[in-house]
Amino acid sequence: MHRSAAAAAPRRAGAGALAMTSALAAARLTLVRDLRLAFRKRGQLVQPLVFFAIVTTLFPLAISPELSRLRDVAPGVLWVAALLSSLLALEFLFRDDAHDGTLEQYALSGQSLTWLLFAKTVAHWLLTGLPLAVMAPLAGLSLGVPASAVPGIVVSVAVGSVALSLIGSVGAALTLGVKRSGALLSLLTLPLSMPVLIFGARATELSIKGGDFSAPLQLLGALAVLGVTLAPLATAAAVRINLE
Amino acid sequence: MSDCCLQGENLHLWRGARHVLRGVHFSVTRGECLQITGSNGTGKTSLLRTVSGLMYAEEGRVLWDGRDVRKDLLGFHADLAYIGHEPPLKADLTPRENLRYWIGVRRPVSRDEEDQALHRVGADSWSDRPVRTLSAGQKRRVALAGLALMAVPLWLLDEPTTNLDTEGQRLVGSLIEEHLAAGGLVVAAIHHDLSVSATALRRLELARE
Repeated sequence: MHRSAAAAAPRRAGAGALAMTSALAAARLTLVRDLRLAFRKRGQLVQPLVFFAIVTTLFPLAISPELSRLRDVAPGVLWVAALLSSLLALEFLFRDDAHDGTLEQYALSGQSLTWLLFAKTVAHWLLTGLPLAVMAPLAGLSLGVPASAVPGIVVSVAVGSVALSLIGSVGAALTLGVKRSGALLSLLTLPLSMPVLIFGARATELSIKGGDFSAPLQLLGALAVLGVTLAPLATAAAVRINLE
Repeated sequence: MSDCCLQGENLHLWRGARHVLRGVHFSVTRGECLQITGSNGTGKTSLLRTVSGLMYAEEGRVLWDGRDVRKDLLGFHADLAYIGHEPPLKADLTPRENLRYWIGVRRPVSRDEEDQALHRVGADSWSDRPVRTLSAGQKRRVALAGLALMAVPLWLLDEPTTNLDTEGQRLVGSLIEEHLAAGGLVVAAIHHDLSVSATALRRLELARE
């Protein structure tokens, strides 16, 4: 990064430490800011969780109260509900920041936009994916899932939701400039989320049956790692295009 | 050339079939303010966004201290502050929190610096109220506090006096004067005259196609 002589003059005139914020500190500030904002808009925060709870509790009413039947459909119900809940929250990921000029300021901050948007995606996962992972066993118990399956469900939903948040961040960034982007966002995100749904449901099914669920869990982990590697770059590129 | 810090060379920008910028040239040296004028739709905002790097000019280039900004965009961005039409503030945060997160991403800001900047723009008494309860003029003042806190040499301002009362407009003028006196540069899209000394002021008139 070059610094011109003219650039130095106003910096010297300013008071206090004028060193740039480190990339890690900038990401941490972005994360903290998003968490603080989310807790001031609690309605928006709990919306995906309420949706998840409603869907999973409606299934026993619609199918049958018979636990053996519910146990059979539990993996699918849990994962479809988790996927749709995650999708519900995605619309808010960048929308407000785009409207109020925050994304522009991020793009012009001198920090890596990729890194700042990754921090936002982590905040999104902490606010939606992690609570879903905590809620999933409770919903599972209402579907007749044995207590022994709880660890498997928590871990698989936690890892799978990382991948869902990262895939979703790309979709949210691509649809930034689109009014009422929900339908388009679903269309973009759902096909990419299918592997997560398949491996997540398989891991949950195996944990319910008391089997070894490490193989589908590792595949979920691989998807999450792939997401961490590629999604932030694609998200930043899509945001830049939309800022033009 | 050696004294020239920001230059635009033959900038052409199209938006669909519309030729928005038609070979725009300008240069600003340290201690100077370039005032961009022109009627609505002549491309003032587009020029500012092109200079900032938010928009890509199909032809031409922007030079910062003699170097093409595209070759070190992060370095260029670390040297500039851009305030657009809307102050980049979060309605659910207070002015103080907004400054902490907005400016903090660029450089560490102490509580004293926040206090000084908020005092400078007359925001002491409402710095801990949520931004959603503030008037448009008060929000603009918070944005000006952020601008002063950034401590960067290049300011790109899009209608910086919008929604401000007479006192607020004078504040903008004095902030710009101080910045220029410290060796900074300002490029501002603004309709009416800036209270900046004539020797420091340059004008660029954009015409409709």
